[in-house]
Amino acid sequence: MAHLNVQLANLSVRVDRIDARLDRVERRLGLIEARAPDRIPDDQTMTRPTIAKTDAEQAIAATWTDVKDRLPGPAPLAARREAAFRRFEAAGLPSRRVEEWKYTDLRALMRDAKPLAQPPGEIGKVRARAAGAVLAGVDVRRVVIADGVLLKELSDLDGLEPGLVVGSLADALTRGDSEVTSRLGAQSPAEKDVAFALNTAFMGDGVVIRVSPGVKIARPIHLVFCFTGPVPATVFTRSLLSVGAGAAVTLVESHEGPDGLDYQVNTALEIVAADGAEIDHVKIGLEGGSALHVSTLTAALGRHVQMRDLTVALGGAAVRNQAFVRCDGTGTTVGLHGATMLRGRQHADATLVVDHAIGGCVSREIFKGVLDGESRSVFQGKTIVRPDAQKTDGKMASHALLLSETAEADHKPELEIFADDVVCGHGATAGALDDDLLFYLMARGIPKKEAETLLIQSFVGEAIDTVTNEGIRDALTAAATRWLEARE
Amino acid sequence: MSLLEIKNLQASVEDRQILRGVDLVVNPGEVHAIMGPNGSGKSTLAHVLSGKDGYEVTGGSVTLDGIDLLSIEPDERAAAGLFLAFQYPMEIPGVATMTFLRTAMNAQRKKRGEPELSTPEFMKRVREEAKNLSIDPEMLKRPVNVGFSGGEKKRNEVLQMALLQPKLAVLDETDSGLDIDALKIAAEGVNRLRSPERGMIVITHYQRLLEHIVPDIVHVFSRGRIVRTGGKELALELEAKGYADYEQEAAA
Repeated sequence: MAHLNVQLANLSVRVDRIDARLDRVERRLGLIEARAPDRIPDDQTMTRPTIAKTDAEQAIAATWTDVKDRLPGPAPLAARREAAFRRFEAAGLPSRRVEEWKYTDLRALMRDAKPLAQPPGEIGKVRARAAGAVLAGVDVRRVVIADGVLLKELSDLDGLEPGLVVGSLADALTRGDSEVTSRLGAQSPAEKDVAFALNTAFMGDGVVIRVSPGVKIARPIHLVFCFTGPVPATVFTRSLLSVGAGAAVTLVESHEGPDGLDYQVNTALEIVAADGAEIDHVKIGLEGGSALHVSTLTAALGRHVQMRDLTVALGGAAVRNQAFVRCDGTGTTVGLHGATMLRGRQHADATLVVDHAIGGCVSREIFKGVLDGESRSVFQGKTIVRPDAQKTDGKMASHALLLSETAEADHKPELEIFADDVVCGHGATAGALDDDLLFYLMARGIPKKEAETLLIQSFVGEAIDTVTNEGIRDALTAAATRWLEARE
Repeated sequence: MSLLEIKNLQASVEDRQILRGVDLVVNPGEVHAIMGPNGSGKSTLAHVLSGKDGYEVTGGSVTLDGIDLLSIEPDERAAAGLFLAFQYPMEIPGVATMTFLRTAMNAQRKKRGEPELSTPEFMKRVREEAKNLSIDPEMLKRPVNVGFSGGEKKRNEVLQMALLQPKLAVLDETDSGLDIDALKIAAEGVNRLRSPERGMIVITHYQRLLEHIVPDIVHVFSRGRIVRTGGKELALELEAKGYADYEQEAAA
């Protein structure tokens, strides 16, 4: 048996080498990779033949032993945390050999795992107070989560609209709020994902939001997530949003932290929407330049739900935004959009799984990436149409604008269609700014830089303009403009 | 002083010489027509004047109002008073026509040290000029040239010219792809812009445009240079006899 293990280990080393060689060849061939997945494990949690655990994996295991008895929640939840941790332990951190993580090798990216963050001190709170400035001037209800802890004194929790509940996850778990614990115990669309399992194992605090049936909340809720330092640490936050039948809400998350600090964030938001609910969700990624950020969005949607989602990825060294959306009821429309703007050696991955579990739903994905320097963007969009999900209308588009010779965009659209009466499609492009368009603008007197800015703004504008709230949309446009102005 | 002076201009594309010594002087108030067969280098001249990438100037000089055009960028040439009406105006998805017009006008004003136009002043000018050219104001809210017909695109070029008020306008095959009604509207727009201070170069293959924009001077362009110059009657002669003579002459 020992002999066999060694052989397997050798084999996996060879596979790695071949993979690395393939990668080099592919990169030489062009900037786009859009080929069919070569290996899809049935279950990415299957035990890996590799033996050696990385430093990060060992550190995570040590942290688990250290903190597991102190994590909030009643016994059934503790068991669930334990099961989630075991799933991680069996699979390890996802690497390039796990198809879903092929382009974002978390195992390689995470050289170490930082200790769990401590609640912020006085200086941290001062920083937290200033966080979320991206929406300055927009009328929102601010909820501040600093270093993984909801800070009530910095949050705007007074005068909640009738039918709206906003509270701390840690409080709910400590209290044994049965609605929350049963939700966290339920089957999630992200069930098999290891990063999400880690979040389940370690989640400490977050925000629990409930909107009662029929209640329409006009004022957007802004979850201000920030890491304040002063030393690198790991943050696990989990938030829940449940929207009752016919209710409506706009939820914005922003994530930020200091540059030059290699902190790690694992954040998750679970959305459950009852029939006829209307949800606008915007996530703004502004993490510090050395941060690792892994985010999971799950959504289980009832009938005739309208969900609009936009992920703006601007910050961080390595970012993974994954979304698992399941349409459980007919007549539902989901829009998943993204605007990614990267420079330097930044890496951002948008991985989407839209599961049409039932027919008669519409899904739309528009992702725009602007890539400068040696940055890299990844788009993986999977649309699943179950056998009986007839009349499904699913379309995805991912477009990358490469501003430098060394930037890279990887697109991997996947359609898994088991029904025969559907309209599904995808499109992917990658290219430079059009010289003829630039010349046209310059011939009218517009300087080159300004002409480029105009073209890039219009390119990402298609994604940003999907946000219905005018104030938020303008704030995002301004954030994109600031990114462009910082271009060399 | 003459407005535009082109002296012995030579240019090549990928080592292939296209312009072989162009000499041309345009004085303020003059409208020059450049006629010539396809492939004679007429459009290359327009592109070289406006500074498009991909052309290498291998000799000669160009000055506009005394400014050396060849040493400055396309946007600076525009601010110096040069305007090129494109043969194929570009479609720019996502950029509203109004935003484009305003950005262009203010960029030029800024370069000339003039204050930016106020919103009401800008709107007033755009509305006036759009009305003159029978352009539906709704069209100006749409992205630049996207979904515009051939005639609408050319009218949009003339609108830009009217707003930017250049010293020298180069119209590259403004008649191509237009029916007679669209041609008339565009030509009327151009004629309104004729003035004692402004020069124009109308590049065309056919004489028909010159019935509507009547030139002062007509040049025949062949094999990368001007081979004959005359009055407006020269255009009629070309219409009758074709370009065959000149192609042989240049080849000889």
